[in-house]
Amino acid sequence: MGGLSHYIEAEGIATTQISLIREHTVTIRPPRALWVSFPLGRPLGTPNQPEFQRDVLKHALRLLEYSPPGPVLEDYPHDAAGDDIEAGALACPVSFGTIPQAATSRDALMQEFQDEVDNMKTWYDIAREKSLRATAGISGLGPDQIAALFRDFIENKIAGPELHGEKLSDLLRLAAEDLKAYYFAAISAQPGQSTNAATLSDWFWGETCAARVLNEVRKCCLNIAAKDMQLAGKLLLIPRSQMHRFEE
Amino acid sequence: MVRLNQYSESERQHLLDLPCPVYESSPFVGGLQLREARVALISTAGLHRRADRPFGVGESGYRLIPKDINPNDLVMSHISTNFDRTGFQQDLNIVFPLQRLGELVKDGFIGSLAEYHYSFMGATDPARMEQEARNLSAIMKKDQVNAVLLVPV
Repeated sequence: MGGLSHYIEAEGIATTQISLIREHTVTIRPPRALWVSFPLGRPLGTPNQPEFQRDVLKHALRLLEYSPPGPVLEDYPHDAAGDDIEAGALACPVSFGTIPQAATSRDALMQEFQDEVDNMKTWYDIAREKSLRATAGISGLGPDQIAALFRDFIENKIAGPELHGEKLSDLLRLAAEDLKAYYFAAISAQPGQSTNAATLSDWFWGETCAARVLNEVRKCCLNIAAKDMQLAGKLLLIPRSQMHRFEE
Repeated sequence: MVRLNQYSESERQHLLDLPCPVYESSPFVGGLQLREARVALISTAGLHRRADRPFGVGESGYRLIPKDINPNDLVMSHISTNFDRTGFQQDLNIVFPLQRLGELVKDGFIGSLAEYHYSFMGATDPARMEQEARNLSAIMKKDQVNAVLLVPV
């Protein structure tokens, strides 16, 4: 981010930016930066708080009024308060009453996963009725197709490094992101659910079959020597902050 | 609230170990009157229109985002799985505050918005983005852009 500022400013256009990691900005020294104490992924602080977001923008844009010499690094004076509806642990929208909680075989896990996907779809449809916006769709696959892709991959039924004209490693990564988007949209359909990033992440990675399936996908990637599959398995499927759940 | 000292030790160390470019010069364009600013928004969140090709590993290019884009047409394919996407899912403005900037234009805080806005994918070495950024600057000048707001993810 700071590098882009540097190159664009060198071409004669004034730049200002938001900084999420102050230590990086101190090193890179972009022309103008406003450091904010918000979580990665939320550079404007708090969803659906337009007044707060406008205030962040005003602070960042006012840096454009500075005259040389630069660079300028300011700290935004507020934390992103009030962004959470903390309702305790999330209530999973799927009834696991009839589903064995600790599948010991891949077959059982994949059956649980398909049941979970089926149940999630109902809530996803409700979420879509509430909101005109959907963030899933980057893989081009629907929930059932994603489940089938992961099942076929785990069961070693996909022969080549490509599928449907896409690199398999890319398709697996994009499908994983879409699957999470489906699940997060589905859980959001429940009234009063938390909007807290950490709570939602802990729910997905700690409580869903989908997360356990993604871990199986990760392990299968690591069994393939190709560089792109190794990269996917090591870095691109499960967040570092959640890997502790899957370390054996 | 997130500061580096609030991350786990391993996460903090990972972030601190990420390579950061160091530049010998410090370009700095003279002070701008905000009411005269024509602003382009650049995100490094790997955003693009639904029909565009998703970002891939090591990609240094950008995707074009028209000023009047339908919010439902904007998706994210950043390769990192280590940041929250649920905020983006709840509110596009949390990552790409185009609507908020439009409100600041209506309020008279800034002059106008560019016709086009842009997204890179921030997990790429910035040095590999240099030529694209310089080419993009020439395009933005033709759009009368004199101020750029960059938003990371």
